[in-house]
Amino acid sequence: MAFLELNEVHKSYGATPVLRGVTLHVEKHQVVCLIGASGCGKSTLLRCVNALEEINGGDIRLDGDVVSGEGVDVNGLRRKVGIVFQSFNLFPHMNVLDNVTLAPTRVLGLPKPEAETQAKALLARVGLAEKAAAFPDSLSGGQQQRVAIVRALAMNPDVLLLDEITSALDPELVAEVLNIVRDLAADGLTILMATHEMSFAREVADQVAYIHEGNVLELGTPEEIFGEPKEERTRAFLKKIIEAGRL
Amino acid sequence: MTLEKNSASGDKGAQSPRAAHPSPVGSANTLLLAGLLAAALTIAGTGFAAYLTISVADTAAWKVGLGIAVCAVVALAVATLWPLARGFRQQAVSTKAAAAGDLVTARTFRARAAQSGWTTLGSCLPLLFIATFTLFLLANDHAVQTTFFDVQFMAKSAADVTVAFGENVKIALLAEIFVLVWALVIALARLAPTKAGRPLRWLATAYVDTFRAVPSIIVIYLVGFGLPLAGVPVFSQMGPMWSAVLALTLTYSAYVAEVYRAGIEGIHWSQMSAARSLGLSYGKTMRHVIVPQAIRKVTPPLLNDFIGLQKDTALVTVIGTVDAFTQAKIYSSNYFNLSSVTVVAILFIIITIPQTRFVDRLLERDTRRQQSKG
Repeated sequence: MAFLELNEVHKSYGATPVLRGVTLHVEKHQVVCLIGASGCGKSTLLRCVNALEEINGGDIRLDGDVVSGEGVDVNGLRRKVGIVFQSFNLFPHMNVLDNVTLAPTRVLGLPKPEAETQAKALLARVGLAEKAAAFPDSLSGGQQQRVAIVRALAMNPDVLLLDEITSALDPELVAEVLNIVRDLAADGLTILMATHEMSFAREVADQVAYIHEGNVLELGTPEEIFGEPKEERTRAFLKKIIEAGRL
Repeated sequence: MTLEKNSASGDKGAQSPRAAHPSPVGSANTLLLAGLLAAALTIAGTGFAAYLTISVADTAAWKVGLGIAVCAVVALAVATLWPLARGFRQQAVSTKAAAAGDLVTARTFRARAAQSGWTTLGSCLPLLFIATFTLFLLANDHAVQTTFFDVQFMAKSAADVTVAFGENVKIALLAEIFVLVWALVIALARLAPTKAGRPLRWLATAYVDTFRAVPSIIVIYLVGFGLPLAGVPVFSQMGPMWSAVLALTLTYSAYVAEVYRAGIEGIHWSQMSAARSLGLSYGKTMRHVIVPQAIRKVTPPLLNDFIGLQKDTALVTVIGTVDAFTQAKIYSSNYFNLSSVTVVAILFIIITIPQTRFVDRLLERDTRRQQSKG
């Protein structure tokens, strides 16, 4: 039994199906990358794991427990599953330190000084120790995204979901964010990430899933997916990526 | 190209196509003549108003004080001739340049001449307004002025009216504090999530619909007279001041609830996602993330409603609270003169303007804070 399991997950918005029976297993300490065209369902899949979207069929299990469906303690689930978004979504009315300590103090009930000590250590780890008192609007995109990662890490999650976290960044800021993800992966954090950064996926992922029209069309090691993809559609997708100079 | 065009259409083209053809640039003469007419009218109007003002003033001090003011207005009226003269000079340059075939210079100076003409017209308008208003005040042997702006009577009533105005300020401040809280409760009820929240949403909607529909003067009347009449415990012993606070709170909470709701709905849903994804409950998300941002956004429209509320405190006169308006009416009916009511109007203006500036400053400070590098 895998640590995080999606079994036959279905999700539709009204009459439009977005996920059509996705099955995907993520082992503990693994990094799994989701690749695929825009609108294929990568983001929706991640939002479902975090219960930001309700699923219409199948189930999601974390560490053996079913965490989808009615009656599940979503706030409890979200303590164990962190998510970082493409557009950072920091709280603009709070400074960096308050952004990071909000959930630990208000959800876990950590005393403020303790939460701040922990937050400062995490900020130092991503190279933002001096930015603790700054407000999000004064930071670059890369810095904001690093704060967003720290904000998720402050809850000490078992799984981290990353939803195209470099897509909204200027090219020269992508590396500073990816370096942190590389670090976290090396430390053994379980990561499920949707990404367009193919070379990064190739380097860091244990498994790569090619998502097509709401389903996992092909799953394999980076060598298999990028080296010798079996599916015609995966090859077509990767060919376009190569033409765009992204691989 | 210009040459071609001129000779093609020119009737006297054979001799000198450039000079003979009417300028293709056009002229600002009509505009300048209109400006001249307006300036003449303004000088005449302000001059006449000035003459009347000085002849009507009853004491030497008034003659001097008002004389200086009206002479300044007449001087401004004469000054509108200055841009006009400049405009005529510029038009002359333009005409000459056009005749010489220098179209660029001609066009430039025509545009400047037109601008000068508009400047004169624009300056004449407010001055004509001042002259008309002065003449209105002086109409019927300056009866208008003595009815609304009898300075001596204004000074006499000012002390009592200002003291009574304290009652308006008190009612407004108390009502505003209650509105801030009660309106937020209604707004959150209107946005109550899930199926279970539906009756709450209906109730809040019904409240807003009702109290936005009923005129505040009716609510004040019903609360102020109705509750004591019905002998409801506590409410019947409130007294007119607290009745007014209650009535205004009920009415204005409906407006402010809608302002809050717009602010809350205006916060991008991704903020909700981000907060919920960290494990914060709906209530905590509202309290720590959504509402604080919403309140910052709605401060200007909130002030708008508060100014409305402050003005409506004058309505409490219908239930016999001795506020500034009631006090002013006592004066005006004793002396058959409305200048004491003008004092009330002036007091409302005086307290409103600083609030607007204060909110502007507040928002500026907040923006600076949110961009601070810490």
